[in-house]
Amino acid sequence: MALTEQNVPVGDNNSQMDQSIVGAELDENTQQFLTFILAGEEYGVDILRVQEIKGWDAVTQVPNTPEYVRGVINLRGTIVPIIDLRIRFSMEQLEYGPTTVVIVLKVISGDDNSRIMGIVVDGVSDVYNVKNEEINAAPDFGDGVDSSFVKGLATVDEKMVIILDIDHMLNSNELASVSKAVDDEE
Amino acid sequence: MTFDMSQFLATFYEESFEGLDIMETELLALDVGEADLETINTIFRAAHSIKGGSGTFGLNDVANFTHVMETLLDEMRDGKREVTQNAVNILLESVDVLREMLSTLQAEESLDNDRIATVKKKLDDLLAGTSSEGAPVVEETAVSEVSEPVTEAATSAAGWTIYFKPHEDMLQTGNDPVRMFRELAALGELNSVVDSSHLPEFLLMEPENSCFEWTLTLKGDIKKSDIEEVFEWVEDGCDLTITPTTNDNTNENDELDVELLETTFEMLAPQGEKLVARFYEELFKRYPEVKSLFENTTPEKQQTKLLAALELVVSNLRKQDVLVRTLTEMGKRHKNYGVQVEQYEAVSSTLLDVMQELAGEAWTDKVASTWKAALELVSNTMITGQQAAPANEVESSVVPEQSSTPPVSTASPEKASAKKTPVKRKATAEASSIRVSIDKVDELINMVGELVITQSMLSQLGEEENFGENQIEKLKSGLMQLERNTREMQENVMRIRMLPISFVFQRFPRLVHDLSGKLDKKIELILSGESTELDKTVMEKIGDPLVHLIRNSLDHGIETPDVRVAAGKPETGEIHLNAYHEGGNIVIEITDDGAGLNLEKILSKAKASGLVGDNDKLADEDIADLIFQPGFSTADVVSDVSGRGVGMDVVRRNIRALGGTVDVKTTTGKGSVFTIRLPLTLAILDGQSVVVGDEVYIVPLVAIIESVQVDTSLVNGITGQAEVYRLRDEYIPIVKLHDIFNIKPLHDDMEEGLLVVVEAEGKKVALLVDDLLGQQQVVIKSLETNFKSVEGISGATILGDGTVALILDVTGLISISKKNASSIKKLTAAA
Repeated sequence: MALTEQNVPVGDNNSQMDQSIVGAELDENTQQFLTFILAGEEYGVDILRVQEIKGWDAVTQVPNTPEYVRGVINLRGTIVPIIDLRIRFSMEQLEYGPTTVVIVLKVISGDDNSRIMGIVVDGVSDVYNVKNEEINAAPDFGDGVDSSFVKGLATVDEKMVIILDIDHMLNSNELASVSKAVDDEE
Repeated sequence: MTFDMSQFLATFYEESFEGLDIMETELLALDVGEADLETINTIFRAAHSIKGGSGTFGLNDVANFTHVMETLLDEMRDGKREVTQNAVNILLESVDVLREMLSTLQAEESLDNDRIATVKKKLDDLLAGTSSEGAPVVEETAVSEVSEPVTEAATSAAGWTIYFKPHEDMLQTGNDPVRMFRELAALGELNSVVDSSHLPEFLLMEPENSCFEWTLTLKGDIKKSDIEEVFEWVEDGCDLTITPTTNDNTNENDELDVELLETTFEMLAPQGEKLVARFYEELFKRYPEVKSLFENTTPEKQQTKLLAALELVVSNLRKQDVLVRTLTEMGKRHKNYGVQVEQYEAVSSTLLDVMQELAGEAWTDKVASTWKAALELVSNTMITGQQAAPANEVESSVVPEQSSTPPVSTASPEKASAKKTPVKRKATAEASSIRVSIDKVDELINMVGELVITQSMLSQLGEEENFGENQIEKLKSGLMQLERNTREMQENVMRIRMLPISFVFQRFPRLVHDLSGKLDKKIELILSGESTELDKTVMEKIGDPLVHLIRNSLDHGIETPDVRVAAGKPETGEIHLNAYHEGGNIVIEITDDGAGLNLEKILSKAKASGLVGDNDKLADEDIADLIFQPGFSTADVVSDVSGRGVGMDVVRRNIRALGGTVDVKTTTGKGSVFTIRLPLTLAILDGQSVVVGDEVYIVPLVAIIESVQVDTSLVNGITGQAEVYRLRDEYIPIVKLHDIFNIKPLHDDMEEGLLVVVEAEGKKVALLVDDLLGQQQVVIKSLETNFKSVEGISGATILGDGTVALILDVTGLISISKKNASSIKKLTAAA
C-alpha cells in the first residue's frame, strides 16, 4: 500500500476533501502534507517522508524501552520500531481498532542516517497542499505543553493542522540513535 | 595501446597489495646472514609482478621504484650481496612506501614525492655500496639501470648506447629483433654492431634460438622512455642496458688496443697479489697524504678490492658501456671517501711503474703507452662519476674537465623540487571484494544443481492428479531433501565469506619486529592456527583490538632482557598467537611469558578510583578483569609507556559489538593469556528459542551449558532478593528474565519454569524461562539500523511465521544481573 503523491489515502475523516488540491501543480513554496487524526486533533507530516501506511498488527515487545515504544515489527525483512503517538504525547490510550493505522516514516538523524520508524495513529485523514507562508510558527504554549515537536500550525479549510517535526520527535531522548546502552552498562 | 586497461586496474591493485603483504611476511622471515634462497625468490617474484603490472598500466613511478628493489633482491638472490639487517629494514620501508604509492594512486591523488625520493635514495645508496664491501659487481645489467635517472625527461643529446642480448628463447615468444631495430631506426640514426661469438657450430645450432648480441648506438635527441618502449615486451626476455653515449670515452676506448691490454694483464694476473701489495707500498711512499683515505680499511681488504677492480676493468674492456658505468659508479663512491682528482693521476702513475717493475721485459713501450692511455681513460671516467655525484658532506673541489656523461645520480631535479603534497586519504566508497577459491564455487554449483533437481521433483509431485498416501510420503521426503539442500547451500555460501585468519595474523610479525626494536626488547612471535577460517566482516573488525592486545603484551607484558635474565627467564620473550575453532566460535589466544598483571596495583588503583569498594573482596580473575573497565587507566597501572589512545575497555567493547567476549588470565611473573571468543559469522546464529510470557526469545546456543527443571529446594535466597541455584555444588545466580524484561510470566510458580544455564566471559548465570521451544538457525537482524541497541538484547530475527523474535545478549544479561545484585548489596549495606 505504497503512497505516491497522487494517491488519495483512504481515511475516515476526509469528507471535506478538496479534489482540486490533489495533483495540483506544486511550486517551490508549496509542500504536501499527509494528515492524521490523534484524539480529534489533526496532525500533518511531510508526505515525502511517508514510506507506507499499514494496518495495526501485533508487535514484538522490546524490554526496557519507554512505554510509547510499542515494539518492533518485521517489515519485509527489516526490523522497524513502532511508536504510539498517543502515549508519546501523553494522551489517553485507546484500544486499537480497525481504523488504527501505522504510518511508516523515514526519519533523518543528524548524521545523514535515515531510519525507518512506524507511528501508531487513530486514523489517516487527508493530503493537503500548504504554501510555506501559510505555516505559522507555533506559539509558546507555556510550561505545560511540550511544543518542541511542532514545526508550525497551518490553517486548511478553516481547520487547524499541527505540522510535526518528525526528525526532532523521533530522534529525541530515548529514541536517539546513539547506542549508549552498551557504554553505560559497564 | 588503444584498449581500455582501467577495468584491470582494480585487479592489479588488489594483487599488488597481496604481493606487498607477501613481501613483508617473507622479508620478516628472512634470516639475516644466511638467507633462504626460496624466501628471497618469493619476495623477488612479488616485486617483479608489481613492477610488471605497474609498467603495463603506465604507473612509472611505481615501476621505477620497484625496479630498484628488484635489483637489490636480484643481487641477494644471486648471492652477490649479503642479506644484512640494514638491507631488510630498507626493503621493509620500501614496501611501506610502495603500499602508500599504490593506495595514493588508487585514490587518484598525487604522490608524496619527497618520501619516495628519500627511501629510493636509501635503496640507491645501498646498491651503490656494493663493491665497497665485498666483491665488485661484475657485469650486472640491472644495477646499471638503477643508477640512471628515472625520469622520462632524461634525454641525451649525444644519443644512446644500447646493449641488447636476447635470451636464447626470446624468438620463440614471437619477438623479432629486426622489427625492434626498425623501430629504433625510426627514432634516430642507428648503428648496430653484432657480436656473433656465441654462435654455435652449424650442426649444433638450433634455428629457433637467438645466439647474437648487439651493441647499438642511436644518435639524436631521444627520450630514454622511447627506447625502453621498443623493448617493453622483451624486457624480461633479454639483457638490456641503455646508457647515454659518451662521445670521447667511447671513441678513445675504441682506439685502445684491447687485446694488448688483455694479454699483459693475463701475464700479470698470477702475480696479482704481489702487484697490488707493491702498488700500495709504492703509493704510500710517494704520496703519504693519500694514506688517510684508507683509514677505514685494512691493507689486505683494500688490496683484494683493487685487484678485483682491475680484473673487472680488463674483463669488461670489450663492453665499454658496462665499463663506463661501473667506473662512473666507482668514481661517485670515491668522492664520498674524499678522493681528490689529482690523486687519480698519482694512482695511475704508481700503478704503471709497479706493473712495469713486475712485467720486466714484456713491458714494451707500446704496452706502456696503451696501459697509460687505458688508465687515463679509467681515471677520467671516474672523475666524471665524481662530478656527477651529488654534493654531500665532502666539499666538491673537483674541477670539471669533461662531462659528456649526464648526471648519474639518484633523484632527478624535477622530483626533488616537486612540491610536497600531503597524502590525503579520500574516503572513496570502493566496493570491497574477496577472492574465493574455485573449489568453494564449484561446490556451490553442485549444490545448486541438487536444489534444481529437488525443485523439479517437488513440482512434478504437485502436478500428480491422485494425491494419496503414497504422494504424501514422497512429498515429505522431498521436503526433507529440500531442507538439507538449503542448509548445505547456506553453509557453503557462508563459507565463501570465510577467510583464513592469517590475513589478520600476517601483519603482526611486522608489528612485533618494529616495536621490539623500538622498545629494546627481544621478542619472538609464534603464530599458530593461521588457517582457521573466519567471516570476512568479523576479520575486518577484529584487527584493531588484536593489534592493541599484542602491543599491550609487547609493551607491558614482556620485560626487558635484563629483567628477564634476572628473573631466570630466557632473554627472548615469547608471544604466542593462536587461533582455533571451539563449538561455533573462533577462539584467539594471545599468550605472553612476561611479567603478568600486577594485581595488587590494579586493585589499589581501582579502589582509589572508586571502581571497587574499599572493603570488597575480589577473586584474582575479577581483579584482572578490572583492566577492561572504562576509565581505568592501564598506563599508570602496569607501565609508564602509554599514549595509545585506546584502552582495554574499547577492546572489550569492540569485541562485544561483534558478539564476542574477551577475558584475561594472569599468573604474576609467568605471563598472561588473553582469550577472545568470537562468533564465526555475524549473519547467522544457532539459537534456542525460549518462551517468557507471551514473547519468544532466542538464546545463542553456544552460550548454553545446560537446561534444568527447577527444583525449588535448590533455590536459595540471598538477603531475600537475589537468588542462587545450587547445581552440583556450584552456586549460580538466577536471572529472572520476566523481571528484567518487565513482562508477565506464564507461570508465577518458579517450579513450573525452566532454568537455562548460560556462560559468558567465564561467568555463569541461570536464566529463568517459562518454556523451551526448538533449536534453529536464525538470521541476525540489527535492531540498531532503525532503532537503537537495547541492554540485554543483541539483535532480532524473523521467525518462520514472520514475527520478530529478539536475540538475548548473554554478556549483557549477566552485567544487568550484577548491577541488580550490587544495588541490592548497597540497599542492605545502607539498611
